[in-house]
Parts: sequence; C-alpha cells; structure tokens
Amino acid sequence: MTGYILKRTLQSIPILLGASTLIFFLMHAAPGDPTSIYLRPDIDPAVIEQMRKNLGLDQPVHVQYVKWLSSFARGDFGYSFSQKRPIIDIIKDTLPNTILLSGIALVIIFSLGVLIGTIQAVRQYSWIDNLATVLAFFFYSMPSFWFGLMLILLLSYKFQWLPASQMTSVNFEFISVGKQWVDRLMHLIMPAAALGIGSAASVARYMRSGMLEQIRQDYVRTARAKGLSERVVIFKHAMRNALIPVITLLGLSLPFLVGGAVLIETIFAWPGMGRLIIQAIFQRDYPVVLASAFVLSITVIIGNLLADILYSVVDPRVRVEESET
Amino acid sequence: MARDEIAHSMGDALREAAEPERPVTRSTTGQARKPWAIALSALVPGLGSMAIGRRAVGGWILGIWAIAFTTLAISTEDVSRTLSAGGVGDWLALITLAITLIGVWVWGILDVAVVATKPIKRVGVSQWRIAGRRFRKNRLAMAGLAIMVLLYWVTLLAPFLAPYDPNFQGNIVLNRYQPPSMQHFLGTDKFGRDIFTRILYGARISLTIGFIAIVISVTLGTLVGAMAGYFRGWVDTAIARFIDMLLSIPRLILLLVIIAMFEPNIFLLVAALGLTGWEGSARIVRGQFLSLREQEFVQASRALGYSDWRIILRHILPNTLAPIIVIATLGIGNVILLEAGLSFLGLGVQPPTASWGSMVNDGRDAMITAWWISTYPGLAIVLTVVAFNLLGDGLRDALDPRLRT
Repeated sequence: MTGYILKRTLQSIPILLGASTLIFFLMHAAPGDPTSIYLRPDIDPAVIEQMRKNLGLDQPVHVQYVKWLSSFARGDFGYSFSQKRPIIDIIKDTLPNTILLSGIALVIIFSLGVLIGTIQAVRQYSWIDNLATVLAFFFYSMPSFWFGLMLILLLSYKFQWLPASQMTSVNFEFISVGKQWVDRLMHLIMPAAALGIGSAASVARYMRSGMLEQIRQDYVRTARAKGLSERVVIFKHAMRNALIPVITLLGLSLPFLVGGAVLIETIFAWPGMGRLIIQAIFQRDYPVVLASAFVLSITVIIGNLLADILYSVVDPRVRVEESET
Repeated sequence: MARDEIAHSMGDALREAAEPERPVTRSTTGQARKPWAIALSALVPGLGSMAIGRRAVGGWILGIWAIAFTTLAISTEDVSRTLSAGGVGDWLALITLAITLIGVWVWGILDVAVVATKPIKRVGVSQWRIAGRRFRKNRLAMAGLAIMVLLYWVTLLAPFLAPYDPNFQGNIVLNRYQPPSMQHFLGTDKFGRDIFTRILYGARISLTIGFIAIVISVTLGTLVGAMAGYFRGWVDTAIARFIDMLLSIPRLILLLVIIAMFEPNIFLLVAALGLTGWEGSARIVRGQFLSLREQEFVQASRALGYSDWRIILRHILPNTLAPIIVIATLGIGNVILLEAGLSFLGLGVQPPTASWGSMVNDGRDAMITAWWISTYPGLAIVLTVVAFNLLGDGLRDALDPRLRT
C-alpha cells in the first residue's frame, strides 16, 4: 500500500514540473515583459534597461527559467503590483476559501449524485427515474454562472431565504459563535450548489448505469436469496461495487470544479482564488495570474493523487495490476 | 418481493437484448407512382407524402416548409430591402431562404415520385446506413438534430428574423429596461437594445465559435492520437506525458492565462478554445489505433510498402471516424459553455458584439428590476447545449452502442 502511494506521488512530480514549465513559457510567449507598463515617452530608456537588469530579464531564458522554478519551489511567488504585498500571503488568504467551496461542492456532487443515481436504478423506468433523467440532462447542459444568477434571483431577491454574496454577513463579528456557523453555512449553500449541480448530474448518470449493471449480477441474487433485506442488498452489496467508477469520475471532475470556481466566485463575490485570478487579469497583475494558475494546478494534481489513492483503497485490484506491470 | 425484483431485472435484460433488432415493418416492395400525390406535393410540400402514408417524412417536410414560408411571409420588407441595397449578411439570408424553400419543394416531390416507389433494400446495407436507421428511430436525438439545424438556419437568417438591428438603441431614456411586450418579445437591456434580436445575433457568435474551435481541436487531437497509437514507443510515452501535464491545468484556467497575456478578441478566443481540450479525442483515437494497427488489413498495406502516413490517413483513420464524430458533437456543447463563461467574465467576445455570455453579464447590474436581461440569453445557451448533447448521445448510441453509459 505505502509502496503504491509512494510510486503515485513520485509519478506526479514530473507532471507538476511540466505544468509549471508550460505556464512559464506561456508567459514568455506573450508580447512585452513586465517593464513594458512603464514604457512612456517621459521615462528614459536607460532606466527601463536598468529595471530589466534588476529584475533579471536581460538573462537568457533558460537561466530565468531555473531561477523562477527554484523560487517557486521555495514558495516565493514574487510580489503583487496591485495589492502591494507578497503573493504568497494573498494565496494564503484565498486558497482555503476556494478549497472550502470546492470541498462542499464535492460533497454535494457525491452525495446527491450517488443518491439520485441509486434511486433511479432501483426504480428503473418509473416516473421518478424519467424525471431525474430529464432534469440531469438539463443541469448537465446548464452554464453554472447562469444557474448561480438564477439562484440569486429566486432565493435571495424574490424569497429572501439566502444571502446573495460574500462569505459572511456584515455583522459577522458581533454575533455568537453558534450563529456564526449558521451564517457561514447560509453563505455556502448557493455557491456550492451552483458549482456542483452539473457534475452531480453526470455522477447520477454514471451511478444509475453502474448500479443497474450491479443489480443484475449473481452476487446480488445470492444476497437476496439468503434473505437479506432489500436495503442491505442495495446499499451494502451493490452500491459498494457501483461506487468504484464514480470515484474515478470525481478525480476527473476536479479540473472542472476549479475552473467553475472562477465563475462562481465572481458571481457570489466569494474571496477565493478564482476571483483573485480574474481581478489580477483586469489589473494586469501577471505575477498573480501565473502564481494562481500554478497553485490551482497543484491543487488539481494533489486532488487527483488523493482520488487515485482512494481508488486503490476501495478497489485493491488496481494496486495488484499496477505492481504487476 | 425479492423474486419479483429478479423477474423484473431479467425482464428488463431480455427486453433490452431484444430491442435493437426489431424487424422493419414497412412494405419492402415500394408503392406505385401516384400522379395526384405528386401534384399535391408540388402544391404544398409534404402533403403528398402524408396522403400516401409516409406520415413521418411528410410531417418533417411540411413543418420545414411551413417555417420557411412563414419566414418569407413576415420578411417581405427585408427581401425588398436586400434586393435594392443589401449587405453581405442580407444576401446570405436571402440565399439561405431561397435554397431552403426550393430544397424543401424538390424534396417533397422527389419523396413521392422516387423514394416511395423504390423497394427498401434489406441486404448489403453499409455500417453507416445501419447507424442512420438506428439514429432515426431515436426520437430525442432527432429532436436534438432538428433544434441544431434550426439554430444554424436562424443564425444565417438573423437579419430577416430579427425585428431590430442588434445595436439599435432607439430613444435610450424611454426604451431601456422595457419588460417583455409585443414590441420587444423578450424586453430590452440597459441601452434599450432588443434582447430577442441580440439573442438571434448571439447565436451566430456561439455557433460559429463552437464549430470552428471544435474542428481545430478534434483535428489536432486526432492527429496526435493517431501518431501516439501508430508509432507507439517513445512517441506514445512523450505524448501521454504531455497530455497528463495539460490535463493537470484546468482548461478554463489555461484559457484565462492565454487570454490574459494577449488582448481578448474573437480570433484569439477561437484559437485558444481550439488549441485546448483536444486531449479527450487524442486518447480515444490512440486507443482505436492501438487495436486497429494489429489488424490484417493494416499488415497487408504495410506489406505492400505503403508509407506510414498513407496507412494512417487512408486506411486506419476512416475506421475511427465514428468515435471522432461523437466526440466532436459532444464537445461543441462544452465549447459553447466555455465561450459563454469567458464572455461572461468579459474576457471573450468584446462589446458591443452580441454574445450570450456577455448578455448574461450585462443583466447582472439590474437583476432585481430587469430579470429578463440575464434570464433569456441563459435559456438560449441551455437550449443549444441540450440540443448538441442530445444529438451527441444519439450519435453515440447509433454509431457505437458499446460506448453507451
């Protein structure tokens, strides 16, 4: 087990290196360099030249690349032009918020998708199955940002049930601890739902077909024949096996989740990485854009690693096959 | 209880096993040619087909003809404007309309005069024809196809169908934030522009970008996948590592980084969307090539001394066309969603060009007072993506039932 985890971890290092290289060269392919924002007639070209020298931009690309990589490895992402503080501090503030949002969305995706998919499979071709299939199809085809706006329109403006934006209310610091938790939860529901609903629909689709496949297996018939209750048969025997492909799907849905977070955080004014990257783009704060892209890629790589490890825990066959090849 | 369940599941299995091979129930001899039906079809396309019992085909022909004729009837002014002083868009619309009307007429007559009289061939049908038959039986997929064709048609006819110019503001003070009414079907936005008109023109942007981007990305993915699967060895390893690396950067983030580095414009958007997201098709084509390259016909062409690229392009690639078509169709929906997302963030199509994503964004300032500005463009996106996904699912079921989930 530890051998497998170690091997998978080592495998993700070149991927990480590659992703950072790609981001670096994208930055270099862009026209101009960081000093070009100072290019004005009233500034002496010699000053610009000095600036380039100070920033190390006069050195060859490969030297710059190694320096850049080693500073990234040390967690030194540079300095934000717009917020006037080290980027690592900004990321420390925003990354936990994005992880919280994506984590709750992941919980919604998994629980809702598995539950609905199972109900559909157990009651195949009933009205509830048909209804869920149609709904899943629509949610799967729906732009998350639009769904988020519609949620705000209905639940915040029309019925005034849930707050429309930010992570906490204005009076957050003046209410009791218990109410603070409720307040946070109220602010989480809509963004997490908007972020997760599309993936939940596709999980439900996979779960339905996986479950249908399992229900027809001999072992399920055996379980029924020895008199187990229907609940035990479905939830303990069939579901365990039907869940295996869903775990892979969860790993694969991570990049979509992180990408979707950009849109959802913008709509709900959620102070996370996604909103950070958008603000940085509009303020032409390139170091922040690149550092955020890098950090988000790391998040995805780590997430995939966790999904793979989880997969090997649930399905020991994977480990055996991997070590044999 | 449990036994009932088993009986049910077995019944389901049996029914599913029996379903694909349902026999053709239509007559196989063909009908006699009926002049009166041809005359009926010449008068109103589709009626003739319906009269001789070809209801489904007749219904389609009649429906398409009705839509096209209504369009002509309501746009007589536009037609005369086009003839006197029309731009390229106007002429394109006029030509599309003319082709549609004439085409439907010809189809209606031919269906009665030729197709109905021919016997249905049962033997020696090709794989594609079997897939086509399977596809036509799938109602949802046909609905998706119909919506898709209608959407592309509407984009071409936008200058005729739209009641206003997409950037026409009118009297901005009186005209802005108008709720849906007879003058403005779906209301107006904060500049007094007609939402319905802008949705029609926005369809142009979304569908064009979606189509071009998917052609680029699927072509790229196919070539890369073909190389990996055919040459194997270090080429395969290198490509696989590169794909792993690309997949670790979320696609939207990668797009954002690319667009942020340059000025956002429509060409950059198409290029960026086309050059990302080819990993899926590359993987599937690679898998196909890995198994196909071991087949006898490939060994035979190698023995004949054909070059590698000739074998790849002429012999193996045609056999992988089915999954490629499915991937492309399902991918268009995804690309349209991404384009809408980027335009929504202000990093895609730039104003004043109408695009669904940026229209949703326009409505955000006035969500409470003018809900229609954001709502309708979003519904247009949902409808389009649903259509492409239905079509893609239907194509997958028809072309390669093994891929079904």
